[in-house]
Amino acid sequence: MTETVVDNVLGLYNYWVVIFLMMTGFYIVISRGNLIKKVIGLNIFQTSVFLFYITVGKVSGGTAPIVAEGLEVYSNPLPSVLILTAIVVGVATTSVALSLVVRIREAYETIEEDEIQAQDETR
Amino acid sequence: MMEAIQAQLPVLQVVIPLLAAPLCIILRRRSLVLPFATGVCWLTFLVSVVLLGDVLEAGVISYALGGWAAPWGIEYRVDALAAFVLLFVSGIAALVLTYAPRSLTDEIPASRHYLFCTLYLLCLTGLLGIAITGDLFNVFVFLEVSALSSYALIALGGRRQALPAAFQYLVMGTIGATFILIGIGLMYQMTGTLNMADMAARLPAVEGMRTALVAFGFLTVGIALKMALFPLHVWLPNAYAYAPSVVSAFIAATATKVSVYILLRFMFSVFGLEFSFEQLGLGSALMPLALAGIFVASTAAIFQRNVKRMLAYSSVAQIGYMVLGISFATATGLTGGIVHLFNHALIKGGLFMAMGCIMLRLHSVDLDDMAGIGRAMPWTMAAWALGGLGLIGVPATAGFISKWYLIEAALEQGSVLVAVLLLLSSLLALVYVWRVVETAFFHEPSERTREAREAPLSMLVPTWVLLGATVFFGIYTAYSAGVAEQAAEAVLGGLR
Repeated sequence: MTETVVDNVLGLYNYWVVIFLMMTGFYIVISRGNLIKKVIGLNIFQTSVFLFYITVGKVSGGTAPIVAEGLEVYSNPLPSVLILTAIVVGVATTSVALSLVVRIREAYETIEEDEIQAQDETR
Repeated sequence: MMEAIQAQLPVLQVVIPLLAAPLCIILRRRSLVLPFATGVCWLTFLVSVVLLGDVLEAGVISYALGGWAAPWGIEYRVDALAAFVLLFVSGIAALVLTYAPRSLTDEIPASRHYLFCTLYLLCLTGLLGIAITGDLFNVFVFLEVSALSSYALIALGGRRQALPAAFQYLVMGTIGATFILIGIGLMYQMTGTLNMADMAARLPAVEGMRTALVAFGFLTVGIALKMALFPLHVWLPNAYAYAPSVVSAFIAATATKVSVYILLRFMFSVFGLEFSFEQLGLGSALMPLALAGIFVASTAAIFQRNVKRMLAYSSVAQIGYMVLGISFATATGLTGGIVHLFNHALIKGGLFMAMGCIMLRLHSVDLDDMAGIGRAMPWTMAAWALGGLGLIGVPATAGFISKWYLIEAALEQGSVLVAVLLLLSSLLALVYVWRVVETAFFHEPSERTREAREAPLSMLVPTWVLLGATVFFGIYTAYSAGVAEQAAEAVLGGLR
């Protein structure tokens, strides 16, 4: 009993953090009407995936993948490289999203979703 | 020399528009940028024509990027399906940009035209990259390249509603892409490879495990979001309705089609027919969604006053037809789905281009403003009506061919109900197409429509080329359905 708890909760704590962050971010995107908060939620959601990839690449006891004497076990560098690309994509997404929010603010004088909808319906 | 170039064609397909995009910023002057970008698009189209010829003649082309052999390096892989998608995406991109200058002058400030061209070429790069790559992570990268540029393209729309529409698309598109990223990560975790063919070979060993199932789930939902499969389509109507006319025509014709292509690649080539359809019953999950999408979206289209919005809802319904074809998971069904990819790209591209002509002259695409426009702009509206016939699926139009295959596939499986529903759904299309035709040709023209002039030839000709092609491919099916059949066989055969 205690062994399964240790294995599933403590042994996999990275994955629990990933799932917690993923759901938190996803929930913020869905539930918040403020566009900036949505962008933040989206960021948290994406960050959880970065963490997931890095976790996947880690080999316990492994070092950085550099050829050196006396080192036998290396972590897999590929997921880290992949996630560097995904981080760049995430930054680009955030900047496009924020610039859209700026322009929405200029056009509607608000960044609350329901107020924007109300303005478009009354016109 | 020619042979050396021919060997590099798969990478040139993507690299040409990718390098041309930043060059647009350097050129900057409108009189230089537009002809340059148009030339680049036609060159890309030429490459895809040669590629399709090569593939049909000599079979699958595999290209090791940078000389790194697969599965370690990134592999570009052109089979019949990929070549087919490359061909119509680049062809429509070239036609739409040829059509674009007048419409752009009207809708986007001239100072931003070079940025438009940059984004347009980047979007094209992304869409072509998705179709050509044989590497899973590469799919994600190209997906985001095309998606990010299309968010910005939609935000160029003249009315302020374009901004929230682009933002909503961004949020839902990013969630979809991140879901796909999670799915790819889980699959990498299980197999240790990102090459599609390599993964297809390694997956059977781990297919029963929960991680593979979770990966499958994430991928299905993510792709469904991207291709606007009902009920995940809510981002689409506003995005298409408020984007500039040129952008609507390009994105409506290509973006969701490429997402359907991703679905085909993942579910058939990577996971394999047996796992996706026989073990997990993907077909029985997709079919009700496809049918519900066809009916709900077609009905919603009937009640739209903005014609571009109506066409957008119709797009959601048409995605339903494609997915329906895929859900049969038979050669006939797949052929129907794939040929409808192509036919609908032509039809919807042409219809949105005709709406661009209306927008140029009337500065509105509301049905109420279009009363009697058929008299002032007979060529534009005749083209629109022709496209409308294709949407309904009247014989001798391309839409008929797709529906023919779909109904045949339904009957093959003995589901008469689906065949009947397909026929009924055409009636819904008839209703929304007729509303526009009736308003344009049989209502008394208002003062505003009486003053309107026919659209310029530079816009009419590309529109007619595209919609004329729907009639051509409705009669001569060797190049559309024939290639689609080969593509369907290639997909069913898998990568193994």
